[in-house]
Amino acid sequence: MKLKEFKLTERKRKGSPFTGLWTVVLKEMADHMGGIRMRLLVGLILLTALGSIYSSARAIRDAVGEDPFIILRLFTTSTDPLPSFVSFMGFLIPLAAITLGFDSINSEYNKRTLSRVLSQPIYRDALLLGKFLAALFTLTITLLSLWLIVIGVGLLLLGIPPSGEEVLRSLVFLVATLAYSGIWLIVAMLFSVIFRQPATSALASFAVWLLFAVFWSIITGLIAGLFGAGGEAGRSAAELTISRISPNTLYGEITLALLNPETRALGLVFFSQLQGALLGSPLPFLLSLLLILPHFTGLLAAVILFFALTYVIFQRQEIRA
Amino acid sequence: MNTNNNTVIKTENLTKCYNETPVVNNLNLSVYRGEVFGILGPNGSGKTTTILMFLGLTEPSGGKVNIVGFDPLREPLEVKRRVGYMPDSVGFYDDITARANLRYTARLAGIETEETEKRTNDLLTQLELIDVADKKVGTFSRGMRQRLGLAEVLLKQPEVAILDEPTTGLDPEAAQEFLRLIRGLKGKGITILLSSHLLHQVQAICDRVGLFSHGRMVLEGTVEELSSKVIGGAYDLSVEASGNDLEEQIRKIPGVVEVELYGENEFHIEAKEDVREKVAAEIVRAGGKLLSLNMKRHSLDDIYARYFEEERDEAQRVQANREKA
Repeated sequence: MKLKEFKLTERKRKGSPFTGLWTVVLKEMADHMGGIRMRLLVGLILLTALGSIYSSARAIRDAVGEDPFIILRLFTTSTDPLPSFVSFMGFLIPLAAITLGFDSINSEYNKRTLSRVLSQPIYRDALLLGKFLAALFTLTITLLSLWLIVIGVGLLLLGIPPSGEEVLRSLVFLVATLAYSGIWLIVAMLFSVIFRQPATSALASFAVWLLFAVFWSIITGLIAGLFGAGGEAGRSAAELTISRISPNTLYGEITLALLNPETRALGLVFFSQLQGALLGSPLPFLLSLLLILPHFTGLLAAVILFFALTYVIFQRQEIRA
Repeated sequence: MNTNNNTVIKTENLTKCYNETPVVNNLNLSVYRGEVFGILGPNGSGKTTTILMFLGLTEPSGGKVNIVGFDPLREPLEVKRRVGYMPDSVGFYDDITARANLRYTARLAGIETEETEKRTNDLLTQLELIDVADKKVGTFSRGMRQRLGLAEVLLKQPEVAILDEPTTGLDPEAAQEFLRLIRGLKGKGITILLSSHLLHQVQAICDRVGLFSHGRMVLEGTVEELSSKVIGGAYDLSVEASGNDLEEQIRKIPGVVEVELYGENEFHIEAKEDVREKVAAEIVRAGGKLLSLNMKRHSLDDIYARYFEEERDEAQRVQANREKA
C-alpha cells in the first residue's frame, strides 16, 4: 500500500519521450518531399547554384594547374553579375529553412489535427523533435545533392578530381551550412509555436533574418561607437564581438576559413602577430578547423538554446484550439 | 485512490483553473465499464477541459484522475494506448488519403503494419467509407470526417472511447445515424464517454448522464432518475377531445393539478399521478369524444431547464425564454 501511494505521488512521467519519434520524422519528410513548396525551393536553389558554379568554373579555368585548391574556388569565386556559390547559399539556405519551419506547429492547430495526434501514445517531445529532424534531414538531402552537383560540375568543366583535403574542407563546410540552416529552422519553428497564424510567423521569421542579414552591420557600428574608450583597436574588437552575435557573421567566417585555406586569422590581427607568417600560403586543414571551432560551437549552442525555448513554450501551451 | 475493476474513470475533486477562474470545479465522477456516459451541458461548461484532463493533455490544478487504472499525468502513454479520443470537430491531413491518415495514427499508436491494414479495411467497410478510402480527405464532407474520426478511435481497439461533441455540425439525419453507430459500440464492450450540448439528441443513447454547468456537475444519473429528482412525480398529459364542459370535469379528477385548454379541444393536464385511465373514462362518461391522449416523457432539456429555473429568479427566466425564442 505504501509503495502504491509513493507511485502515485511520484512526479516523474513514465514512458520514453522518443516514442513515435521516427514515425513523425518519416511522415513529415514525406510531406516535405512531396510538397510543392519544397519542389519550388529545390528548383530555385538548383538553378542559382548551377548558374553560379558554371560561371565561376569558366572564370577560373585558366588557373587549373596553378592553384592547388581549384575546386574550392568553384564555391567562392564570384563573377560579375553573379555572386559566388557560397553567398547564394548564405541567402537561400535561411529562406529554405524558414519555409520548412514557419507553419510546422500552428498548421496542426489550424487543421485541428494536433489534439488528435497528441491523443496517440506519444509525448509532445516526439512531435516537436520529429518535425525539427524531418526538416533538417530534408535540408541535408538537398545540400548533399548540391555538393555532389558542384563536385560533378567541377570534374566536367575543369577536368580535375578534387583532392582529399578539398573534399574534407567542403564536407565540413556542408556540416556548417546545416548548423546555420538549423538556426533559421528552429527560429521559424519557435514563431510557429508562438503565433497561430502561419503568415504572422513567416513574417516574424523573415524579419529576424532581415535584421541579421541587412541591418546588423549598421547596428554593430552604432553600438560599438558607445565603447569608444578603448581607442581604435578596442572599438574594432567590440564591433567584431557584437557582429558575431549574428549567425550570418559566424557562417561567413566559417566559410572563409574553410574554403580559403590561406585564411590565417578571423578578425583583428596586429602586425606583430604576423611576424614570420608566410602570407598567402595555405593553412593545414586541422588548423583551419581549429580556427572555426568557436564559431561552429556558437552556431550549435544557438540551435540548442532556441530548441529548448521552443520546447518549453510548446509544452506549456494548451492544445485545444 | 480506490478503484474496483468496474470503474473505468474516476475523478476526485478534479479542478482546473485558468487565471484563478475555475473551469472545472471539484468534479467527482465515476464511469463504469461498458456503459455509455454522457457529459452534457452548454458550451463553456467545462466538458472539453475535463476530457483533456482524462487524457493528460491538460494538467489539472488540483484533484486526482484515474482512468483505466492509470494516472494520466504520470503515465499518459499507457492511458493513451487504451483510450481513443475523437476531438471536437476532428481534423485530418487534407492532402493525404483517408487510408494514409489512419496509417499514420496506427504507426503512432504502435500497431503492426499487417494488423493495421486488416483493421483499416474492416473499419472503413463498417463505417461505409471503403469507397473513398483512397481519396484525399480534403474532399470529404463533415459527416465523412466524423465517421473517419470514429474509425481512427476504433483502430486502436480501445477500452474507452471518448467522443467530444460527436454530432455537432451534422444534419439531423447524419447525427442520428452517427449516434446509432456509437450505440453499436456498446455491444463490443467499449466504454463510451461522450460530451454534447445537444441534450435531447444524445439522451436516447446514454445509460447515464452528468449535467454540467459552470464547471460543476450539477446532476448525475439516468435520465429517469434525473427526471424524478428534478421534476418530481409530475405527469404531463396532452389530450384531444371534444365535448361539453370537459375542462370542468377533468379538473375534478383526483390527482389533477392543472388543466389548460388550448384552442378548441386540446387540453394540457398536469397531474401528481398517472391519471390517463381516469381521464379517458371521465371523457367517455361525460359523453365526449376522445381523439388522442399522450403522456409526455421529460426530455433532458426540460430537466435542465427546470433545474435552473428553480435557481433563477423570474426576471432571468423571462430573458432566457426570449433568447430561446
